[in-house]
Amino acid sequence: MEFSEHIKTANVDDVVLKLPLRPALKGTLCVTAHHLVFSERKEEAGTCLRNLCKDLRILQFDIPGMEECLNVASSIEALSSLESVTELYPFFHRPRELSLSEPWGLSSPQQQYAQTERLWDRWRLSKVNRNFSVCMSYPRTVIVPCAIDDITLAKAASFRQGGRFPVLCYYHRSNGMVIMRSSQPMTGANRKRCREDELLLQAAIDESEMGYIIDTRSAQQAQQARMAGGGFESKAFYHHWRRLHRHLERGKVLQESLIKLVEACGDPSQNMDRWLSKLENSKWLSHVHSALSTAGLVAECVERDGHSVLVHGFEGTDTTLLVTSLAQLILDPASRTFRGFLQLLEREWVQAGHPFRQRCAHSAHSHARLRQECPAFLLLLDATWQLGRQFPLALEFSEVLLLRLAQDAYASDYGTFLCSSEQERCALQVKENTHCLFQFLLRREEREKYVNPLYEATDLAIWPSVHPQSLQLWTGLFLRWTEYAQTMDEAREEIWTIVKERKETDRPKGCAHTTLSRHDSFTNVENLMDELTVL
Amino acid sequence: MLHLDFVEQVKLLDRFNNKTTTGTLYLTATHLIFVESNVPGAHEIWILHHHIASVEKLSLTTSGCPLLIQCRNFRVVHFVVPRERDCHDVYSSLLRLLRPVSYDELYAFSYNPKQNEQQREVGWQLIDLTAEFERLGLPCDQWQLSDVNRDYKVCETYPRDLYVPITASKPIIVGSSKFRSKGRFPVLTYFYQEKKAAVCRCSQPLSGFSARCLEDEHMLQAISKANHNSRFVYVMDTRPKLNALANRAAGKGYENEDNYSNIRFQFVGIENIHVMRASLQKLLEVVGTRSLSVNDYLLGLESSGWLRHIKAIVDAAIFLTKAVTVEGASVLVHCSDGWDRTAQVCALGALLMDPYYRTLKGFMVLIEKEWISFGHKFADRCDQLDGDPREVSPVFTQFLDCVWQLMEQFPQAFEFSEWFLIQLHEHVHSCQFGNFLGNSQRQREELQLKDRTYSLWAHLLSEQHNYLNPVYSPSFAERHPVLEPSTQPWNFKFWRNMYHQFDRTMHPRQSILKHTLTLKESNSKLEDTAHTLQAKLQTLGVSTSPLELHSWSREHRLPPRPQSLILGAPLSRKEAQQEEEVLGEEALEDAPDGNGGERTVEGSSATENGYGELQSSFSSKNEPAMVSLEFGVARMTC
Repeated sequence: MEFSEHIKTANVDDVVLKLPLRPALKGTLCVTAHHLVFSERKEEAGTCLRNLCKDLRILQFDIPGMEECLNVASSIEALSSLESVTELYPFFHRPRELSLSEPWGLSSPQQQYAQTERLWDRWRLSKVNRNFSVCMSYPRTVIVPCAIDDITLAKAASFRQGGRFPVLCYYHRSNGMVIMRSSQPMTGANRKRCREDELLLQAAIDESEMGYIIDTRSAQQAQQARMAGGGFESKAFYHHWRRLHRHLERGKVLQESLIKLVEACGDPSQNMDRWLSKLENSKWLSHVHSALSTAGLVAECVERDGHSVLVHGFEGTDTTLLVTSLAQLILDPASRTFRGFLQLLEREWVQAGHPFRQRCAHSAHSHARLRQECPAFLLLLDATWQLGRQFPLALEFSEVLLLRLAQDAYASDYGTFLCSSEQERCALQVKENTHCLFQFLLRREEREKYVNPLYEATDLAIWPSVHPQSLQLWTGLFLRWTEYAQTMDEAREEIWTIVKERKETDRPKGCAHTTLSRHDSFTNVENLMDELTVL
Repeated sequence: MLHLDFVEQVKLLDRFNNKTTTGTLYLTATHLIFVESNVPGAHEIWILHHHIASVEKLSLTTSGCPLLIQCRNFRVVHFVVPRERDCHDVYSSLLRLLRPVSYDELYAFSYNPKQNEQQREVGWQLIDLTAEFERLGLPCDQWQLSDVNRDYKVCETYPRDLYVPITASKPIIVGSSKFRSKGRFPVLTYFYQEKKAAVCRCSQPLSGFSARCLEDEHMLQAISKANHNSRFVYVMDTRPKLNALANRAAGKGYENEDNYSNIRFQFVGIENIHVMRASLQKLLEVVGTRSLSVNDYLLGLESSGWLRHIKAIVDAAIFLTKAVTVEGASVLVHCSDGWDRTAQVCALGALLMDPYYRTLKGFMVLIEKEWISFGHKFADRCDQLDGDPREVSPVFTQFLDCVWQLMEQFPQAFEFSEWFLIQLHEHVHSCQFGNFLGNSQRQREELQLKDRTYSLWAHLLSEQHNYLNPVYSPSFAERHPVLEPSTQPWNFKFWRNMYHQFDRTMHPRQSILKHTLTLKESNSKLEDTAHTLQAKLQTLGVSTSPLELHSWSREHRLPPRPQSLILGAPLSRKEAQQEEEVLGEEALEDAPDGNGGERTVEGSSATENGYGELQSSFSSKNEPAMVSLEFGVARMTC
């Protein structure tokens, strides 16, 4: 490894570190391959500050000497945007308590299929993509209708952008309806059609049924996409499917929204109006709103109206995944558990080919305007947080887990969010050479930190309110480093204590009960004795 | 006196979605009641006439005559009455009922909570301001109780008992009061014992462009002298400078620093009652809009200026608190008449400085002192009698909003929950209890409220288990005797649970507050059971393995299940009925229904949220069997 090439100055003394709301620290700054190590002089403990704070933190170092400052800056610049995935920290992170031989990942399509018996009549596992030749961004196995053979699948795939043909992602147990996802069909300007694709969709539902296609683009955008070779399912060829358009922003627009929001949160001005207008101007909450309401619409189609749904936008790797995963959170109690949520993320984001590497490369503070950068995953976490606010008892995990995920998606010790698809992960042997974040989080001692004390499982769907008054800014994330909410943490602790107290009081009660019943027999004996004496 | 008793087949339209409920509308002497028809466990809405702010008859539609009723507790109901004549009858009856012209017509004089005379008297003695000043260490070597206002001769809007510096003689007081608007001369309202610093309040001086008054200058000098920690006294004029300047033309104004030695003068810039009234009106207009977009909501929030005003008041209170607790200086607070902004700032400042006021009883004392006794004009501001609409202003609401903002920042600091604030707001407008009637103590005495009405404090204390904050920690108060809230703008939020308290679809579908309250309750119950079981064992002479039990001597309490939309539905039907009997005027919107088999979580349902109008997207096609958007899940389940 040639990390040393990037490091122009390894050690700088007398550096002052300035953090918002904390006293400035003076110490030595070390640049290593993956970390900036700042150690305060008074105490020996080193503070480990990862990369360039994609978690929205701002650290200000005052470095004596212009040249050294420039050296450090360029070293950090180079080290924080390493080109090669295998040079990244997860490939070097070797904590003592973890071993590389431990299982990687939580679930696979095979498991999902095997666990849902009711899927078996209509759906099958297909290995058409076993060597990633049909779709680069899909996993090796996918769930598709039984009636469709692999050859038809391959043909349908050639009609969808990036080969992302419609696959099943959720089966609703109560009525057997499903949610599928795909990318846009390549109808193009001259309205091409593809019989195999039509057959595939038809095979997903009964003759008599109707399905919905939720297009995450506006009708106008979908029309325009035809000029670039894309398009939408026309009514004439997909008789049993109805298309609804719900516009969700993506890509650059979303990224700019995030940048504006983060900028607003860093504004030291005390002015109320200025803050509100900046918040409005960032439009972030509008994006949260449309994500939740589109997911609500999908869930409503499935649960209330009993229709299967296909979701897609353009490539089917961003807004599509956002909508399908949120809809599952609303509908599926299993995905609201700690493990279930991580499985959901693994299925719908990691395995489904959300290009984390491009989307989560630089976060909001980057000056480079990257075309591929997009906080779709962050938006999912935010929307999930909103769900958690509205249903504080329904999610087994707490805000802390969401924060952890938000941080790890951008920079992590673990390999889970590396790369953009399963194919890439296989090629780089990510699973063999890194540790799995999800497995790590599920370890008992880690899990404790992230669970919601108030969790009570409910089988019902949780319909979020999407009134603007019901949505809130996720201060835990966006103001994480500007305002230390100690009072909030203390309150959370208190809730924990109350819950624990309950568990403890439960125990002596049971104990007392057993002693009492034992005692009843005693009194019986006593009564008998009394009778005896009377006699 | 009523034109009619009830109207059948009245439709109630939901404000934010297409839901309608059909039922019967009853008009009684005190309430307007809507009862849903043909449903077991039907929900009812009780609206107290005093709560109705306006009734509007909208133009006739095909289904009937719409009647829009807006309430002071932020309830908005939209009825459609099938026949126009009935609608007009309801309308005109309400118009007469909601504009009482004399105090005797108010609900408080007819309300009877089945208490005897003695209980009533005890209720009125619960909050004792003399004891409160004693708690503050008064009178002391620098401050004394003055009898100058014993008969309300010097200032008729002040209470009888007033604390002034010992060096302020009667002539000085009288002279000073002549120089102050409405005679409201500087008196002590809070005493910070640790630094011997006092918070005083008064009204603006009648200084005009150049007038001065030696007695008033002496008065301020006396206040300054009473505090040895600081050489000067802060004078906080809570108005914007421009307003104070304008007042000079009317012979009023502010203190000239050249005339008063040892004062530091400061404007704070809280707007007047008219600006506040308009601001809240604008805010309610915005948040009342159907299918409001996120951007319009935020823009509306900004343009209403409501949060800006809230922040200004909190900022002022923080300034006051810092001056007193950090600098140890005494502060004199005033605005124009010293009964609106002054009350807000003094009360909020005291709340920041003294943990006692953050307890349930302490908060009652605070309101009794700063608001009731010092003559906040509740009758005028809350429009109790048919009066000048320009006198109406949400000054007290604003104060409660500020307190809520603090509760959000310090979840463990307050013994009471926001539900308590909402109840207070409810009763300030309900005129059901005597406490808030009238404009001043003198008027209240003339009305003989203590003999003819009941005290709200007794009522609230009797059901205090409903208002407790489950995460309140007395040790927090020890660690943080003085609260230091952040004033970053993002800490000021729209108080949805207040302004949308009756809009079910807006609220979180599960409540942490309710849940933790229930948990805590069942915790203590379990411990009680374990305890009694153990005691039983002991009486029977059996030595058991020692159970790790703390001795619990807590008296048995009622299950804390406040009946409120923001807290979710009550747990059982019977309980709801009990509550109904107790509360009388409480709205029973969320009466649970017996069947309760709907697939929703605490009122969460897809229909109410309106993610998209599925129906409209199919309007072109004739497929009636496809989409079934019936109103099945609209009711609340529990």
